[in-house]
Amino acid sequence: MAEFWRWKEYNWHDENKDWRDGELITAGVDVGSVSSQAVIVVDGELYAYSNMRTGSSSPESANNSFNWAIEGTGLTLDDVGFVIGTGYGRVNVPFSHKAITEIACHARGANAMYGPSVRTVLDMGGQDCKVIRCDEKGKVTAFAMNDKCAAGTGRGMEVFADLLAIPIGEVGELSLDVEEEPPPVSSTCVVFAKSEATGLLREGWSKSKVLAAYCSAMAHRVVTLLEQVGVEEDFAITGGIAKNSGVVTRLEKELGIKALPFDTDTQIAGALGAALFAQNLLRKKLAKAGK
Amino acid sequence: MKAHYGYKDGAGDFFIIIDTDNCIECADHPCIPACPESVLEIIEDDYEDMVCAVTMDHRKKIKYSCAPCKPDRDRPPLLCVTACPKNALEHLW
Repeated sequence: MAEFWRWKEYNWHDENKDWRDGELITAGVDVGSVSSQAVIVVDGELYAYSNMRTGSSSPESANNSFNWAIEGTGLTLDDVGFVIGTGYGRVNVPFSHKAITEIACHARGANAMYGPSVRTVLDMGGQDCKVIRCDEKGKVTAFAMNDKCAAGTGRGMEVFADLLAIPIGEVGELSLDVEEEPPPVSSTCVVFAKSEATGLLREGWSKSKVLAAYCSAMAHRVVTLLEQVGVEEDFAITGGIAKNSGVVTRLEKELGIKALPFDTDTQIAGALGAALFAQNLLRKKLAKAGK
Repeated sequence: MKAHYGYKDGAGDFFIIIDTDNCIECADHPCIPACPESVLEIIEDDYEDMVCAVTMDHRKKIKYSCAPCKPDRDRPPLLCVTACPKNALEHLW
């Protein structure tokens, strides 16, 4: 049976760089509810990462994502000076020196990915949604998080991809292929939204139109959370939904502002932030030891 | 930092906002014993400050945890909000 919700898992490392030339090698491991990422940073620069589905065991997911990130680099855990765990499973990263919340890590990661002008970060994760305000250093100044229901999350979008038999990576573009924007489906519960969508398909709605209605509902739902905390430009989106043009376009329209474009995988923002926190802590540790 | 603890669902928005920049200045944290449901606790946040937060146990059921202090009629001042000497606590509902 085809798994339309399944997104591409992958690893990457910078082949033009040799980690042996670096002084500070740190790692961040983000064990989320749906996906896990590991990021290796060498002297503050992104060196390697992996992005994979979280399994049933957080420690195993942490190990797998770390091992996949360092695959083919010659790097071992012993070469990494400091590791920080983040995400839902942050306290279950067996080799981490410290755990930091994903809120602080996403702010820090977005600051590194998008630049110091970022003031509002929307992290649309697998099973939660976070709005984070931050300063020019990526320090959190305000946040709100909604993790009580799947509406407005990546998992909700996966449910719709499966329902409509559309690969998850194509959902966004397809949802924009409508002549007129349909009214949104239920934005308060993904189960109700799914049954509403089934009814709409029975009424003869096209898949594009149903997806447009769901993307619109999702955008509206996160806008209310954004308005609660307040939106200040520059505005950046992290997490998997940042790759869904259907949600992002509708979100931008409702907010009246554009999200910053990205050239790094938005799903690694939390792990990248964790790796950068780790770098600061490693520097402090070495200074304390007189090295 | 303005930390919003709680959730939004079909029934509404249920958040307690804690202004940690004000909270950090308080040594005694009288809000904690003032809460009859033990909703609040002191934590070390990500920036190593000791601040008040809503406990993990209550974050997803805060509407019900705070319900005893929020009768439909003749609502008295909230005990936690009144106890806070720094005006760092706010309920959104």
